[in-house]
Amino acid sequence: MTQTITASPSTQAPPGLTFDAVAMRFPDGTQAVEEASFSVAPGEFVSIVGPSGCGKSTLLKITAGLIDATGGHVGIGPGNLGYVFQDATLLPWRTVRGNVELLGELEGMPKAQRRKAAQEAIDLVGLGGFESKYPKSLSGGMKMRASLARALTLQPSTFLFDEPFGALDEITRERLNDELLALFEREGFAGLFITHSIAEAVFLSTRVLVMSARPGRIVGDFEVPFAYPRKPELRFEPAFAELSGRVSECLRGAFA
Amino acid sequence: MPSTPAVPASDVDVAAPTAMGGAGGRIALRERGTSFAALVIPPLLVFLVVIGAWILVSQVILAESKRFLLPPPWAVVNVAFLDGHNRAELFTSLWLTTKAAMVGLFLSIVIGMGTAIAMSQAKWVERSLYPYAVVLQTIPVLALVPLVGFTLGYNFSSRVFVVVLIALFPVITNTLFGLLSVDQGHHDLFSLHKGGRITRLVKLQLPAAMPAIFTGLRIAAGASVIGAVVGDFFFQQGTPGIGTLMNTYASELESERLYAAVILSSSLGIAVFLAVTWLERRVVGRWHTATRGTR
Ligand SMILES: Nc1ncnc2c1ncn2[C@@H]1O[C@H](COP(=O)(O)OP(=O)(O)O)[C@@H](O)[C@H]1O
Ligand SMILES: [Mg+2]
Repeated sequence: MTQTITASPSTQAPPGLTFDAVAMRFPDGTQAVEEASFSVAPGEFVSIVGPSGCGKSTLLKITAGLIDATGGHVGIGPGNLGYVFQDATLLPWRTVRGNVELLGELEGMPKAQRRKAAQEAIDLVGLGGFESKYPKSLSGGMKMRASLARALTLQPSTFLFDEPFGALDEITRERLNDELLALFEREGFAGLFITHSIAEAVFLSTRVLVMSARPGRIVGDFEVPFAYPRKPELRFEPAFAELSGRVSECLRGAFA
Repeated sequence: MPSTPAVPASDVDVAAPTAMGGAGGRIALRERGTSFAALVIPPLLVFLVVIGAWILVSQVILAESKRFLLPPPWAVVNVAFLDGHNRAELFTSLWLTTKAAMVGLFLSIVIGMGTAIAMSQAKWVERSLYPYAVVLQTIPVLALVPLVGFTLGYNFSSRVFVVVLIALFPVITNTLFGLLSVDQGHHDLFSLHKGGRITRLVKLQLPAAMPAIFTGLRIAAGASVIGAVVGDFFFQQGTPGIGTLMNTYASELESERLYAAVILSSSLGIAVFLAVTWLERRVVGRWHTATRGTR
């Protein structure tokens, strides 16, 4: 596997993600992120919930190097970075297989190897049999699976998710949550997950961060004590409801 | 990566497989369901109405003495198409005009797409060239006749020039629009994985621009036929094109052959349009759903 996106050329960064007083002020004066400091270790799955427009996507874009922060520093450990966008961002002129092979193609992976990686990823997300379908004939959930498979082909050691299931219906979303959890347990990457669903955040994560309204700051930090593997029934346990309630209360404060 | 699925394959979204089959089935049905009859009968009816109106004007409304202005359809068929000499003359010219239109269209596509690609790569290229592309569109061919005729000769090359003059602009604008309207998320995806300029152009921008390019192509194809006829009209040396014939027939009041020439050049326009539509379906039909609204 080629090493693709490495953070600082120093390569001294510890594994996972380290945010150190990251701040972002856009040229038009919008202070999107005021101060964010936290870290995500391998095997950790951290979710961020926060009001719309508080700078969550901005934080991920900074992490991925798509935009440059105006303050602070993001350290990214060795290994590939996976990024799942809010939209599936599949290329409509490519089949599922063509889309899943794209990253390998861009990163110069040999053809045989990327074909194999793509097939494994497709099978892993349960899209076997749909390899030669075009995106226009896929449901929203299947598009998201294809998008996930595409990111998986590079076997990322750090995974960013920007509200990937936000546009899906409840049933599909819970199903994909279960599957994402299974993937996480299997691959053990460092996960940073943005969502506006508290239940989703608590169900998936080892830790939930609450971000305040713009300018964004981390105003809440909740350890999620439930052991993996987590069963779907966890969502209906009192402890789950109690923790969700506390996150929700903090989030309401964040709007103020 | 472990090859055993983390999830059984049956675990695809509850609704997905059925919805898929259903939707796929419905789409296929609708495409095939537009039966040949439904496709052919409406235009055929319009055709009959037009012929009816033609006969009505020619036989009832126009006085006998003025009938030469619009002879009935059968007269057109008799004089222009059943007479061997006239038919040969018409079709020889039609072929020449077709060649001028096709060569001009081809040049327009090459030059137009090349220009649009250059414009999409650098803002300064766009800023410096775009105004002239617009000007190109507004120059009356009439004003250029002496210059072009003197430079390229009053024959085929000049006719091709007129075609390019008219067909180039829609190719440039539509290609540029397509290249520049790529989804930001797709650009981010390519940035994230070190997609360079060329990679981005070939694997992202050009495919994404295909539907827009075909829109431009369809306009340019129609324009190329008009351009070729206008070119025939202005540059009349050598073998006459269909536009040259129209000019001659009009001045000699050869109405039957004049209308035959009009019908032939229109047919050429329709044929070119259908060819582009067919090509479009071949190239982008599989993945692109034309946004035509639900009707
Ligand atoms: N390129 C930009 N220029 C100016 N303001 C921006 C830009 N991108 C985002 N913003 C603003 O920054 C804020 C945070 O945006 P974003 O990170 O997308 O929020 P969210 O938390 O909903 O993902 C918003 O108010 C948004 O309007
Ligand atoms: Mg966002």
